[in-house]
Amino acid sequence: MRNPLADKAVELKPSGIRKFFDIVSEMKDAISLGVGEPDFDTPWHIRDEGIYSLEKGRTFYTSNAGLKELKVEICNYLKRRFHLSYDYVSEVLVTVGGSEAIDIALRAMINPGDEVLIPQPSYVSYEPCAILADAVPVIINLKAENEFRLTAAELREAITDKTKILVLPFPNNPTGAIMEQKNLEEIAEVILEKDIFVISDEIYGELTYKEDHVSIAAIPGMQERTILINGLSKSHAMTGWRLGYACGPKEIIAQMLKIHQYAIMCAPTTSQYAAVEALKNGDEDVKQMREAYNQRRRYLLYAFRQMGLECFEPYGAFYVFPCIKEFGMTSEKFAERFLAEEKVAVVPGTAFGDSGEGFLRISYAYSLENLKVAIGRLEKFVHRLREEQGRS
Amino acid sequence: MREQILAILEKNSRIDLKELAVLLGVEELDIVNEMAAMEKEGIICGYHTLIDWEKTSIDKVTALIEVRVTPQRGQGFDNIAERIYKYPEVTAVYLISGAYDLLVTLDGKNLREISRFVSDKLSTMDYVLSTATHFILKKYKDHGTILAKKYEDEREKVSP
Repeated sequence: MRNPLADKAVELKPSGIRKFFDIVSEMKDAISLGVGEPDFDTPWHIRDEGIYSLEKGRTFYTSNAGLKELKVEICNYLKRRFHLSYDYVSEVLVTVGGSEAIDIALRAMINPGDEVLIPQPSYVSYEPCAILADAVPVIINLKAENEFRLTAAELREAITDKTKILVLPFPNNPTGAIMEQKNLEEIAEVILEKDIFVISDEIYGELTYKEDHVSIAAIPGMQERTILINGLSKSHAMTGWRLGYACGPKEIIAQMLKIHQYAIMCAPTTSQYAAVEALKNGDEDVKQMREAYNQRRRYLLYAFRQMGLECFEPYGAFYVFPCIKEFGMTSEKFAERFLAEEKVAVVPGTAFGDSGEGFLRISYAYSLENLKVAIGRLEKFVHRLREEQGRS
Repeated sequence: MREQILAILEKNSRIDLKELAVLLGVEELDIVNEMAAMEKEGIICGYHTLIDWEKTSIDKVTALIEVRVTPQRGQGFDNIAERIYKYPEVTAVYLISGAYDLLVTLDGKNLREISRFVSDKLSTMDYVLSTATHFILKKYKDHGTILAKKYEDEREKVSP
């Protein structure tokens, strides 16, 4: 038989998280700090609206770009929260989570050989999606000393004649880093000068703890060259509903819509109706969840300080990214031993790119009670490692 | 800060004050002062425990009693409400808009004890026109806490 497989698919690296996942799921009593989704249930009024839409028999396709009502609410929301103006008719596309939006944005904009800049550590799907779109991914390794923000100098240095797109993943998974207005203004200057485009993944845009999130699209001159990606997964605890969206210049959205229409048809209808309710009446839920995350974030940073574990203060998402270089082992080794010896799962920073070496991603999408138990075990483990080091 | 302190205390009045300070990113002393002030101002009225008596072997019956009364000149409902809430077995008294005036909640050992209170004490009071007693059969949720169900984390243990 001939080889049925595409080289491009075979050559994709399996996700670094997957391997860990397999070990953890076999360990029955392990507790986990490895989850990348909210611990809250979707607020009831939103779930209720989804149920109601099913009861009413709204089980048909919607138009490819999404329900008009939802697109209008998305525009209202972006205006209200991030001071952005989009035309719901031509500049908004409802997708199956932010993930689909990333994929089709790349596919709609890339010609073979175009370079896509991907700052890392970052979410695992940018690089494979870029490869699948025939782009050449170019990694920018973000640095701890910059609190894992992207600097104008780093950006300038990575740009070549072939560079077409910068993926901008802030607030960041896994580091929790944010880009503040002045940071964005600095990189925008380079972007405009070099005439490149931005795919800005702002899925954690509601979860910032210093000042309100600023979208790069709000920086003068940037909206016309930015595909803004967002969704309700993190903000409204709606991961399983698979509902995201992309907003941008109508020329690009039109091409994305074509791919979306052939590959996906439309985002799940039930989820779209629920999302209308979420965006209309969910601001207070978002605020309450943000406050809960913020309290846990403060607790973790305090606990790290107490045990002398180095960690920059992250102002976004629901992750902290402590440094474990003092123990002289790889992130993966640390995570493996921590799991084996204390039965707590954390994700090694390297699952999100080579520049995550020496760091761990710890999620605080857990109740405070859970966090306390896990942190107690981390403290024990860190003590033991230091004792080992003292002996050798 | 008050709003945040109250939001947390309302759910967990036993929280360690040092921990509360960490969660809110303020000094412990500020928390202590703020709480003392709120106690003094009568904003914080107590620190209670939510108990699901069903799960104990102690017999307990709770009733909601709708009471219609004639308001008194110059006193409104306050006087009659006071006469009712002074009974220790009465756990709450609310003035209600609508078809009746006062909603009284009452704890007793059994139905007889409650009906005796209603017939002997409550309905014989001056100005009380009528009462309607409802017994609580099951508490699903109380003080914002769901009593029936335990939360289980069904998420995948590791995800990107």
